[in-house]
Amino acid sequence: MSDLKTETPVSGPRIGESAPRPDGVPKVNGSFAFSSDLWHKNMLWGGTLRSPFPSARITRLDITEALLIDGVQAVLTHEDVPGQNLYGLEHADQPVMAEEIIRYEGEPVAIVAADHPEIVRRALNAIQVEYEEMAPLTDPELAEETDFIHPDGNLIRRINLRHGDQEVQGEIQVEGIYEVGMQDQAFLGPESGLAVPGEDGGVDLYISTQWLHADRSQVASCLGLEEERVRITLAGVGGAFGAREDLSLHVHLCMLAMRTNRAVKMIYSREESFHGHVHRHPAKMWYRHHADSKGNLLRVEAKVLLDGGAYASSSGAVIANATCFAAGPYRIPSADIEGVVVRTNNPPCGAMRGFGAVQTCVGHEAQMDKLARALNMDPVEIRIKNALKPGDKLLTGQTITGTAPVAEVIQTCAEHTSTCQESTDPMSLPGGAGRTADPEHISRGEAIAVGFKNLMFSEGFDDFSSALCQLENGVATITCACAEVGQGFVTLAQQITREILGVEEVILAPAATQTVGSAGSTSASRQTWMSGGAVQKACEEVRVKLLEKLAVEHQVDIDNLVLVDGQVTSLNEDFTISLEEATSEPLEARVEYRHAPTFPLDENGQGDAHVSFAFSAHKAVVDVDPELGLVKVVELITSQDVGRLLNPLQAVGQLEGGAAQGLGLAVMEEVLVTEGNIRNASFTDYLIPTALDMPPVEIAAIIEQPEPGAPFGAKGIGEPPSISSTAAVVAAIREATNLELPRVPVRFTDIVSVEED
Amino acid sequence: MPVTVARSLDDALSALEEHPNALILAGGTDVMVEVNKGTRPVEQVISIGRVPELQDWEHEGDWLHLGAAVTYTELMGEELSSLVPALAQAARTVGSPQIRNAGTIGGNLGTSSPAGDTLPALFALNAILTIRSKTTVKEVPIDEFITGVKSNSLNPGELIEKIRVPVLEGPQEFCKIGPRNAMVISVASFTLLTDHQEKQVKSCLGTVGPVPIRPTEAEDFISGEVNWEQNTVRPEVLDNFAALCSSAARPIDDHRGSAAYRRHAIRVLSRRAASRVFSEEIS
Ligand SMILES: Cc1cc2nc3c(=O)[nH]c(=O)nc-3n(C[C@H](O)[C@H](O)[C@H](O)COP(=O)(O)OP(=O)(O)OC[C@H]3O[C@@H](n4cnc5c(N)ncnc54)[C@H](O)[C@@H]3O)c2cc1C
Repeated sequence: MSDLKTETPVSGPRIGESAPRPDGVPKVNGSFAFSSDLWHKNMLWGGTLRSPFPSARITRLDITEALLIDGVQAVLTHEDVPGQNLYGLEHADQPVMAEEIIRYEGEPVAIVAADHPEIVRRALNAIQVEYEEMAPLTDPELAEETDFIHPDGNLIRRINLRHGDQEVQGEIQVEGIYEVGMQDQAFLGPESGLAVPGEDGGVDLYISTQWLHADRSQVASCLGLEEERVRITLAGVGGAFGAREDLSLHVHLCMLAMRTNRAVKMIYSREESFHGHVHRHPAKMWYRHHADSKGNLLRVEAKVLLDGGAYASSSGAVIANATCFAAGPYRIPSADIEGVVVRTNNPPCGAMRGFGAVQTCVGHEAQMDKLARALNMDPVEIRIKNALKPGDKLLTGQTITGTAPVAEVIQTCAEHTSTCQESTDPMSLPGGAGRTADPEHISRGEAIAVGFKNLMFSEGFDDFSSALCQLENGVATITCACAEVGQGFVTLAQQITREILGVEEVILAPAATQTVGSAGSTSASRQTWMSGGAVQKACEEVRVKLLEKLAVEHQVDIDNLVLVDGQVTSLNEDFTISLEEATSEPLEARVEYRHAPTFPLDENGQGDAHVSFAFSAHKAVVDVDPELGLVKVVELITSQDVGRLLNPLQAVGQLEGGAAQGLGLAVMEEVLVTEGNIRNASFTDYLIPTALDMPPVEIAAIIEQPEPGAPFGAKGIGEPPSISSTAAVVAAIREATNLELPRVPVRFTDIVSVEED
Repeated sequence: MPVTVARSLDDALSALEEHPNALILAGGTDVMVEVNKGTRPVEQVISIGRVPELQDWEHEGDWLHLGAAVTYTELMGEELSSLVPALAQAARTVGSPQIRNAGTIGGNLGTSSPAGDTLPALFALNAILTIRSKTTVKEVPIDEFITGVKSNSLNPGELIEKIRVPVLEGPQEFCKIGPRNAMVISVASFTLLTDHQEKQVKSCLGTVGPVPIRPTEAEDFISGEVNWEQNTVRPEVLDNFAALCSSAARPIDDHRGSAAYRRHAIRVLSRRAASRVFSEEIS
């Protein structure tokens, strides 16, 4: 095709080229409209009254005083929920507003709409609620033997995975107990949205979310409306990372708008936001690894216990991941893994980047290091020796049919030599701006970790995405309900369209429920594959329609027609037509795209439950001040399996951002919960890495081995960076301190032991 | 709510006379957090961030006069960091660049938080505050101004006009611990000043008591042990100094750190700070 001459070559980025985000500059200069910037004429403000107790019975709820306040337009409670007062991603078990029983701190009790946010605040204060406090169930280890705190019981899901010969014993055995604290997604844009009552008795909701259609079905059922009468449009999303998979203020906003017949806007405060979304599950894990004297893994036993908090959310799928990937990307012939997730009166937990694989990576990688030590082997060597490869079986018995460059990610990452110097300036030592250390107080450690997880939804879920491609006058319009939460679908959809249709201009229609079918969730590293696949398929269909039409109209051989740079040209006949002219009458295709089917796990946790897997490795270099327990991560090196690189710029962003989130979990990020109450619901006390905490990310290798069955051979890349980074950082701190450090985040008192007063 | 944007000190004082209970707004970095949270009811605001007299500073002989509205960014600047290094180092640990551009030393005093990062240096320097109302002016030593956790002796109608600190001869150190490498609330801090003229060590512990604590016993001890000619000290003196500092701490347990860790941290920080300013004698 290189000898084709075209007048206006397509200059916009195509597949494999760096495509800058169209929302990048507006986000930096403040002109991007987030969901919290929405405005409507004559709009009301909404607010939520929440329980201060994690476990209580409401004995009295009186809204009369609040209703008397001038400017208050509605005060609603569970009695006003028009449909089912329950919702949930997997099971509808969470009330829109509490009826009698409070199951977590911050559970919504009543909602208000008023003329001004200040009046909302006064109205919320004027609602009288009396609670009878109950002892909260806060220890997940006691959940199963405690009275039910929910009619569905305290066990959310248990998986007993048994793989291979259960009698196997290893000559070398290492054991450990590990813990992971509760991490928050810490997105910057708090929950916010705007509901506008529709003339048809329905409602239009503008909201930041990860999955418009799943929101719609839950909202409709709570409102008692047909789905068509709930129209949801994606508003500007200020980060998600899993925290926007569950409903938050959706139903509340719609109820208030429908009751007052006016538009209602609501924004959570930062503190409220910590109560308004799910967090990453805290985990307790026990492991026993068996190996032969040469370091071959023979068997892994593990028990993984996740605290699901008060409601199920996506806990069932999270524990499936934690169980299936409990032992890491290694070839292990025998396993006995018990995965349990329970209900407690702690804050509800659910989806967060890495989805169950983050917690277990902390466990299995610590075990691999222990094993290396017991065998006196190099930690890199033992990992490579046991690395999964195509054709190997997972613990679920599933054979890996796609790519699995595990040894490659480990090798390239390990071989990449550190470029960082010894630091001398106190500002760049642990303690940073606090200038607490001098070089002689510092010890340095370096370690590697590897992790993996599944891409897309598993266990037989009907996972699909939908797209509509319209081509008219040489301009393509793509309509897809894929939620852009920062992952880069907006550039990718254009890249794919340019690649296939040879057009320059690609318009992306708003993501909404009323124009196109579901795209599925922006989670599980799935949208590049799924919505990317749907866009690809829709464009291909339009391309075929166009060529067929031209072949008939102009009597040319269809097999020799090519569509490139805004023209359709025949390779062997004298025929050229501009795309603009050829599509003066619009062509369109509406498609659904599915990945290869998956199957449920059987009673032994066996089955072909997953579609594809992505792998990553991190090497961390840390400086530790052992006397003060302070840490500075000085370098993060990573290699990642990406299938094929579609947008290099965006990929680097994902690798850096994910590593920052992983580093945060390793050294500082934890939602502190005491007796069911969050103690640090603010960015003053829930700390995320600053520029002085996050070192540059060195990319050792981006491994491109096209994945069979994946559109363009590309794997999702969003989650792996946050999986192995945490484990690598904590391992490096172990190297620097010679401490066991079985818990993340590592706190200063885990490093320095101080006598209690 | 009515807001008076004062353009001169007199403006501000007149407005204060009229509304003695008005909220004084400097950089707003503490005030706005409370206002947004709804925990600070505000009827009347007097903004002093644009009062030139309060934004100025002056070096006069052995003294430095700092206007109350001097920002952290200014404190970190070259000139002030050579005159009062510990104060400049403390300023560098405050928040982020945005906070340091807006936040003021007067605001840090006004808030009187046990974690206020400039307070220990001001205690160690025996800072004197000029407190002024429309009709009165008085000088108040810092340890009489700060009276407890988030409380001070400022009366309605008064404001902090300026802060007077001595310019000392000798190195100074400020170190602060937080669970993050920047932009973090202090878990414990330590300030150490040397006064080569008076042959004295002055120091102060931050965030380990309701108000900053001067470990006077430790100061007296080390001042007597330093070889001021050589600027050296014996290692065991450093150890004793650290132990005395640590035992002067009165820390509490909270979600940011345990009392035991804070006490330990003071021991480590005080020893390190002292060994930065004095060489250890080889025994
Ligand atoms: C993100 C963030 C990070 C922070 N980090 C730190 C930190 O690391 N260390 C730290 O110490 N602080 C920190 N702070 C708190 C704050 O920035 C400081 O206390 C700052 O010094 C307050 O100064 P301001 O000018 O903003 O005061 P304002 O908020 O304007 O006022 C604070 C109080 O002082 C009173 N006041 C102000 N000026 C005067 C005056 N001249 N006379 C009488 N009363 C007065 C006000 O009425 C008010 O009560 C942080 C705040 C934020 C938001």
